[in-house]
Amino acid sequence: MNAIIVMLLGLGAMFLGYVFYSKFIAEKIYKLDPNFKTPAHEFEDGVDFVPTNKYVLWGHHFTSVAGAAPIIGPAIAVIWGWVPAFLWVVFGTIFFAGVHDAGAIWASNRNKAKSMGSLTGDVVSKRAQTLFMIVIFLVLLMVNAVFATAIAGLLINFPSAVIPVWGAIFVALIIGQIIFRKWMGLGAVSVLGVVALYVLIWVGPNMPLQLPDMAMGLSDNAQWILILFGYAAIASLLPVWVLLQPRDYINGLQLFIGLILLYGAVLLLGPDMTAPAFNSNTPEGTPSMLPLLFVTIACGAISGFHGLVASGTTSKQLDKETDLRFVGYFGAIGEGSLSLATIIAACAGFATLADWEAVYSSFGQGGVSAFVEGGANIISQGIGLDVGISETLLTVMAVLFAGTTMDTGLRLQRYIFQEWGNIYDISFIQKPAVATLLAVGSCLLLAFGAGGADGSGGLQIWPLFGTTNQLLAGLTLMVITVMLVRLGRPMYVTLLPLIFLLIMTVFALVIQLQGFYEQEKYFLFFLDIVVLIAAIWIILEATATLSKVSKENKAAG
Amino acid sequence: MNIHSIRHWFGRASELMNEFYNAPYRSAIARAKRDEDDLFMLLVFSEMMGVPNPAAYYTLELQPLMLERFHEWHQRMGMEHSPLDHFRCC
Repeated sequence: MNAIIVMLLGLGAMFLGYVFYSKFIAEKIYKLDPNFKTPAHEFEDGVDFVPTNKYVLWGHHFTSVAGAAPIIGPAIAVIWGWVPAFLWVVFGTIFFAGVHDAGAIWASNRNKAKSMGSLTGDVVSKRAQTLFMIVIFLVLLMVNAVFATAIAGLLINFPSAVIPVWGAIFVALIIGQIIFRKWMGLGAVSVLGVVALYVLIWVGPNMPLQLPDMAMGLSDNAQWILILFGYAAIASLLPVWVLLQPRDYINGLQLFIGLILLYGAVLLLGPDMTAPAFNSNTPEGTPSMLPLLFVTIACGAISGFHGLVASGTTSKQLDKETDLRFVGYFGAIGEGSLSLATIIAACAGFATLADWEAVYSSFGQGGVSAFVEGGANIISQGIGLDVGISETLLTVMAVLFAGTTMDTGLRLQRYIFQEWGNIYDISFIQKPAVATLLAVGSCLLLAFGAGGADGSGGLQIWPLFGTTNQLLAGLTLMVITVMLVRLGRPMYVTLLPLIFLLIMTVFALVIQLQGFYEQEKYFLFFLDIVVLIAAIWIILEATATLSKVSKENKAAG
Repeated sequence: MNIHSIRHWFGRASELMNEFYNAPYRSAIARAKRDEDDLFMLLVFSEMMGVPNPAAYYTLELQPLMLERFHEWHQRMGMEHSPLDHFRCC
């Protein structure tokens, strides 16, 4: 099938979802009220609570939820053929992610903009709140390990991206200073920053850089992972305005440019989907599509991480309650469209089926490198940009996203360690440097513990990361469902996704557990058990709370 | 389209862009600034807590200017009234 049709079908379906389904959700289920005094107005303080224009709010809600994860997941999952991934991304976005993201903002908005964690404590139970914290910590741990491995893989596969990727950090540092010291207006700086980044991308293919294959007994992969964590540790200790803020900003611009380039090139070129619609010839060792598809693609179909952003910062800046339909639901659609672009790039960017099968030679292979290769082919043939430059461009895009997530993730993990130090009164853990070291240490343990000394095992955690992310989404959906039941409103729009997610995650965990045991990967086996316990705990918690609440409702009336 | 409407449009666009740059980190930066201001206030009130301050002659003059911030600070720290013996607040 032609990729233009796939693209139009996908984008069209998501758009219809926004026009009709989100209207139904907003009016009949969440019953959004334009006159409700949002926390941004009620507690306006110029610090956390600031009413913000809905397009601006959408812009940074979208850019903070869209990262490398909606690229990596679908790029791995197309190994089962592009149709299953396509359907899950499109329908997941419409019926799961949109409802979940908008619901998380709504729930928080109606409860003084509290974060999902403390809302779980208020609405469900204190036990559930503890569980929430554990799941968050697991997600952060895995995301850092996985992203470090993914970046290392990209930098090895595409050495042309090394200079632009690290150069982008210096560009961001300079931009941060220029803006902070008000030397130039933001418009001029943005143009300058984007131009500088693209000059670096142009320089990259002429000056590819590679680390030595072996140094101090470490493979190049392991060396990159160590360098990346070293960088992330330093970056997460710097004040946000020095690096994170300008980097995030450039990434945001880059995200829009990348999406326009990719979709534009697809429109101009109109390539065919060379990958099979359903892959009956999956490489040996590929796990069964059901249930693994539903955890391999987490971000892009539904992701618990969005709930944290939605309730942590977005809900504090909501100008009118009705804005959340656009910010939350359309934000999810933005991310869905990034995943859709990934699917098209990874499936239509190869000349023949044999080429495609060579890239997807085993489960977990291909992945984000296939996105880069395929996407670069489409861009170079569609727009006429040199293949090397297109590859560098897409690699830089993926790496910068993943790098910013690592920086933020490590920062959040440090806060968690510092908080533990506070709770248990251990003063040395409260020091930022010590807490950061602990965070980095735990991530490294995971990255190397999962796959041996070369650190290549990080991507094996990917499905497990997806599972944990889905559990987080499950917790948020549970909070929203309980709130809806208490209000006497229909609960099926959130309950059905919740049940589906829980069944798929538990199913996936059990299958992976068996796999890890057979392959004698005891580290992952243990991690799987921890996540499985959390999953079962969530199911018990959800059942108990929902039956309690519906009994209360019956007794009341 | 005249020059005025272009200028207006341009101004609006740069306003939105500034928001896009600043909004995500507004709270983190404001909090960091608040921490620094708290430290400065601690210096101003240091004599009152028994910490010798060579610039007491000058910081004394600053105390009235700090009143509102002081009030905001002790409430933020969960103390209903001023914690200092010789410095009443509310």
